[in-house]
Amino acid sequence: MSSPAPPLALIAELTHRCPLACPYCSNPLELASASTELDTATWLRLIDEAAALGVLHLHLTGGEPMARRDLNDIIAHAHARGLYINLITAGVTLDAGRLALLREAGLDHIQLSFQDAEAEGGDHIGGLRGGHARKLAAARLIADSDIALTLNFVVHRANLERLEQMIALAEQLGAQRMEIAHTQYHGWAMRNRAALLPTAAQLDAANATVTQARARLAARLRIDYVVPDYFAEYPKACMGGWARNTLLVDPTGRAMPCHAAHGIPGMDWPRLRETSLGAAWRSAPFERFRGTGWMPEPCRSCERREIDWGGCRCQALALTGHAERTDPVCVKSPDHAMVAALAAAAGNDASATVPVAWQYRSAKPDPTTAR
Amino acid sequence: MSARIPRLAPGVRFRHDATRDAWVLLAPERLLLPDEIACAVLHEIDGVRDEAVIVDRLAEHYDAPRALIAGDVATLIDGLIADGVLRA
Ligand code: SF4
Ligand code: SF4
Repeated sequence: MSSPAPPLALIAELTHRCPLACPYCSNPLELASASTELDTATWLRLIDEAAALGVLHLHLTGGEPMARRDLNDIIAHAHARGLYINLITAGVTLDAGRLALLREAGLDHIQLSFQDAEAEGGDHIGGLRGGHARKLAAARLIADSDIALTLNFVVHRANLERLEQMIALAEQLGAQRMEIAHTQYHGWAMRNRAALLPTAAQLDAANATVTQARARLAARLRIDYVVPDYFAEYPKACMGGWARNTLLVDPTGRAMPCHAAHGIPGMDWPRLRETSLGAAWRSAPFERFRGTGWMPEPCRSCERREIDWGGCRCQALALTGHAERTDPVCVKSPDHAMVAALAAAAGNDASATVPVAWQYRSAKPDPTTAR
Repeated sequence: MSARIPRLAPGVRFRHDATRDAWVLLAPERLLLPDEIACAVLHEIDGVRDEAVIVDRLAEHYDAPRALIAGDVATLIDGLIADGVLRA
């Protein structure tokens, strides 16, 4: 086995703590408590190892990374190692003082998450009253600084009606970039799938809105758009391919190739309290689905195998119970019928405007629905 | 045109990557690998020099006709501005 190309990005999930409770949160159903989080010294060591390995982008995320008191120390250390630092935040605790300190420490870019274009929907989805107004204030502060600003929107049935207002908001707030991502169905989102899955009409309208906005805004506001898997013909190259360029560390120090991989059974994830990032990158769980050698048919002989790398392992697991199967989103997958049925059911659903109850993420998942 | 002073857009960094022995442009969620000519121009961009000065310096350094260099530099800067990497 030749050694893998070095990683380009490290996603550091500093904490699972968060003042919000989004029903599609990508954190696991079992959230790590503050007492199990890695300490500062370990994070600084991991940053040294990442830089030495060849990592260029560091993404600080959570939960809410601003909940870590050592955030500035972590940023300053990564900056000194030359890493490009991106902070992914809900922004509700960001004020002018904290922003100045983040900038001083060397922060390059902030991805600010919005739950909707307006307060009523945003506060409802995030589960925090007053949250939307605080995000607006944070966005204005960032836009006035020399830190680059991206607004992130996760879109789904309950907010897609306001996609145009979301784009207008990003424009008005002076963001350089915007991410519009249809919900990915893992973890909390899987539990809330029925309430989140868009209708076919909503999806068509959304695609058209994004195409028009891109043409109009060009470089003034770059729009990255993630289409919903269930309605696509081929899957996405999840994370650009399993363990090809990204490494994620969860709050307790487990290394994984993506934020949903913790659910894959039988994987002995490297524990970075005891091992190095380089050893993790070359470890057996990272090798498990790297490249094309693991692939079953139809992927093995497919001409797209080095384009989408067989799709998402976590999605294959969530839908078929087996992580090593072809992603059922793919039209060539023997399991594709179930995805087609889900998409069709949502497409026919006339109840899109009827509010559906969802389950907020919480420290203690409801035991009756826990899997 | 040549009086414009190009600088990196907010959130964009130009640095050497020792692991891959290459100069890279780092931007939000993007990694760009500028070619040799682009690198030569990017090294001249410091937020102080205007385009005419950059062209002079490159023409001298490469011992090439100024008009030729001026065209290349303008095209390159235009492209990087359209791509959101530079501002002027
Ligand atoms: S998705 Fe929502 S709840 Fe989850 S970490 Fe982000 S802001 Fe917090
Ligand atoms: S068969 Fe596999 S490799 Fe081919 S398009 Fe489908 S998921 Fe991708």
